[in-house]
Amino acid sequence: MSEPTSALRLDVYKTYKLFVGGKFPRSESGRVYEVTDRKTGEWLANAPQGTRKDTRDAVSAARKAFGGWSGATAYNRGQILYRAAEMLQGRREQYLAEVAVSEGLTAKKAAPLVDAAIDRLVWYAGWTDKVAQVAGSANPVAGPYFNLSTPEPTGVVGVVAPQGGNGFSLLGLVSVLAPVIATGNTAVVALAPNAPLPGLSLGEVLATSDLPGGVVNLISGHTEDIAPTLASHADVNALDLSGVVAEEGPASAKDLEVAAADTLKRVLRPEPASHDWTTAPGTDRLLTFLETKTVWHPMGM
Amino acid sequence: MALFDYAPAPESRAAAGDIASTYGHFIDGEFVESTGSEALKTVDPSTEEVLAEFAQGTEADVDRAVAAARKAFTSWSALPGAERGKYLFRIARIIQERSRELAVLESIDNGKPIKETRDVDLPLVAAHFFYYAGWADKLEFAGYGANPRPVGVAAQVIPWNFPLLMLAWKIAPALATGNTVVLKPAETTPLTALRFAEICRQAGLPKGVVNIITGDGRTGAALTAHPEIDKVAFTGSTEVGRAIARTLAGTTKRLSLELGGKAANIVFDDAPVDQAVEGIVDGIFFNQGHVCCAGSRLLVQESIHDDVMDALKRRMSTLRVGDPLDKNTDVGAINSAAQLARIQELTAAGEAEGAERWSPSCELPSAGYWFAPTVFSNVSATHRIAREEIFGPVLSVLTFRTPEEAVAKANNTPYGLSAGIWTEKGSRILWMASKLRAGVVWSNTFNKFDPTSPFGGYKESGYGREGGRHGLEAYLDV
Repeated sequence: MSEPTSALRLDVYKTYKLFVGGKFPRSESGRVYEVTDRKTGEWLANAPQGTRKDTRDAVSAARKAFGGWSGATAYNRGQILYRAAEMLQGRREQYLAEVAVSEGLTAKKAAPLVDAAIDRLVWYAGWTDKVAQVAGSANPVAGPYFNLSTPEPTGVVGVVAPQGGNGFSLLGLVSVLAPVIATGNTAVVALAPNAPLPGLSLGEVLATSDLPGGVVNLISGHTEDIAPTLASHADVNALDLSGVVAEEGPASAKDLEVAAADTLKRVLRPEPASHDWTTAPGTDRLLTFLETKTVWHPMGM
Repeated sequence: MALFDYAPAPESRAAAGDIASTYGHFIDGEFVESTGSEALKTVDPSTEEVLAEFAQGTEADVDRAVAAARKAFTSWSALPGAERGKYLFRIARIIQERSRELAVLESIDNGKPIKETRDVDLPLVAAHFFYYAGWADKLEFAGYGANPRPVGVAAQVIPWNFPLLMLAWKIAPALATGNTVVLKPAETTPLTALRFAEICRQAGLPKGVVNIITGDGRTGAALTAHPEIDKVAFTGSTEVGRAIARTLAGTTKRLSLELGGKAANIVFDDAPVDQAVEGIVDGIFFNQGHVCCAGSRLLVQESIHDDVMDALKRRMSTLRVGDPLDKNTDVGAINSAAQLARIQELTAAGEAEGAERWSPSCELPSAGYWFAPTVFSNVSATHRIAREEIFGPVLSVLTFRTPEEAVAKANNTPYGLSAGIWTEKGSRILWMASKLRAGVVWSNTFNKFDPTSPFGGYKESGYGREGGRHGLEAYLDV
C-alpha cells in the first residue's frame, strides 16, 4: 500500500450544468457566472447562465414528458419520488456541503435542512396515490347519471425557486418542486441565482431515480431571463412564483402575472422572502396545480 | 314534408309581472337611482321591442355598492352558518314559488325558449340555492380546513346566456361561505337580476349582502378594478377574462374565471346514431348555441359520416324556430344584434374558407334577431369556424379515423371546457375521458348540469370550479 497522496493529488472539480430533458447540457450561450462561498466570498464554481433559449428548450422537454408522466400510475410516481429521497439520503454529505457554502451555514446547521428535504420527498411520495381520493368526489346529481370528479395535473408548470440566503436553496426547491410533479405535472425551474449549486446537483438525484427525462428541468441564470420566458410561453400552463423577490421589472410578480394572463396561466403568488420552509407543508401546494375533470354517464338498462 | 303541424301554444306574457319603465341599481337593500344620467335599454330580442331602461353604472355607483357590501360583510360573515343557510333556503323557496314569473321574464329579456327557462334554467337556479344553503353550516367538513373563512367582498360579473342561472352560480356559494357580493348582470339581460333583488327583500336578506349594479363593460371594468373588493368571479369571454387577470396581477385579490369553449362532440361508429343525433342537436342548438360548453365541433368517425349527416339534417328539419314564449319552440331568438352580427360574420367566413353550409328551410320572423340552425361539413381544423367560438346555432363537422386522431383533434384548441363522447364501448369511453383535456366530459349525453357537479375549464377556458364541494373553494380564504 502506498502512502496517502493528499499532498500530491488534486481534487476533481465538478462542472455544474443545466438539467434539461434528462440530460446535463451546458447553456446554449456558452456563458457561465461565478458562484461564491456566501461566507468567505471564495470562488466555488462556474454555474451555467441559462438563457431564454435554454428555457424554451426546457419547456419543450417538459411538454414532451407530460403525456407519459401524467399517464403513469400514481403508484409508479410515488415509487420514483421515494427513490429520489433514497438517492438524496445517499448523497447527504455532498448536499450538506453545498447547502453550507451556498447559505453560509455550518455543517451542523445545514444538516437538518438537508434531512428535511429528504423527508419532504418522502411526504410527497406518499401523496401521489391519495390525492385523487382527497380532491375528487362522487357527485349525487338529481338524475340517472354516474357523475365523478377527479383531479388531473394542469400540465407544464414554470417554477421560480426560493432564493438562497435563508438556508432554503435545497429545502425550498424540493418543497415547491415535489408537489408539482407528485400530481403528474412536469416542471421547468428557475433556480435561485444566488445559490444554484444544490439545485443543479439535484438533477443528479433525479437522473438516478428513474424519473423520466423532461419531467423536471433545472435552469440556473438570471431570473429576469428565465421567469419572463416561462410567464409568456404559450406552452406553459401554470406558474409557481414562490421565489420571486423583485418588486418591479420583468421578473416582478406583477409583470409575470400580467404576462401569464395572455394564456390564462394558473398563478401561485410569491411566498414572503422570510417564509420558513421547515414548517409542515400541508396539502395547499399539492392541490394547487390540479384541474378537476367531471365525467357524466347515463345509468340505464 | 312536415310530419306534424303545431298550433301555437303561447305562454302568457303577463306572467312576467310588471316590468318597470326604468330601473336603477339595488344597493344596500334599496333600489336607488344612478349618480349618472346615462341609461341603457334592454329589448326583447324576438321583437326588438324595448322592455325597460336601466342605469349605466358609474364609478360612483360602484363605490357605493362596494361600500355597502363591505359594511354588510362584518355582520354577515359573523352570522352563524345555520342562519346564513336559512336565508338561502328562503331564497330558494321564493324562487320556486315565483319560477313561472321568472321563466317568462327570462325568456322575454333573453330570447330563449320558455321550454328551456321553465324546465332547465329555473329548476337549476332553485336547486343551486338549495344546495349551497345546506353547505353554510357545514363548511368545516368541506376539506378546506377546520375553520374556513370567507374571502370578503366578491365582485361578480355574469353573461347574458343564462342570466339568472349564472347569478345563482355566483351568489349562492358566495353567500353560503359568508361573503357579500356586488353583481353586475349583462347589459342585454338585466331584468331577472333586478327581479332577484326583490326576492332578496322578500327573504329579509340583510341590507348590503347582495348588491346589483347594472351597466355595460365600463361598469364591469370599474367593479373588477375596484380597490376595496377581495375577489372577482367572472363568466364571459376569454378576452375579458384576460383583461381582468391583468388588472388583478400583483394584488392579493382572488380570481375565478369561466370563459369560452370550442368543445368537441365525438361520435364513434358503434354509437347508436339516433341517440347521438339527439345529443348533437342538444349540444349545439340548446339555448341557440349561446352556451360556453356547447358541442360546437362535431367529430364523426369517417365510416359513419354520411349516415350521421343524413340523420342530423332530418332532425334539424324538425326544429321549431320562433316565438320564445311558444311552448313548442325549440330554438329562440339570438340575444342581441351584436351577437347576430358575430354569428353572421363567422358563418360567412366558413363559406369563404370552403366549408359546405346547410340549414333546413325555415321561416324566420321579420322583426327581432334570428339565425337558422346551421351545420357546416367539410370543415378543416384550420378554418375559423373550427377554431373560434361562434356562440350561436352553428355546428362544424370534422371527421376522424382512430381514437388517437379524435383525441388529437379534440384537444387541438386553446380552450378546454367540455367534450362529448358517443360510443357503446365502456373501456373506450374511459380512455377517451382520461385523454380529453376538458373540465366536463359528457359521455353518451350532453349539456347536463347539476349543482352538486363541479363545472369549469382547463387551459384558456378559465380556472376555478362552480358547483359541488369544489365550488366552495373560490369563496374561501384557503
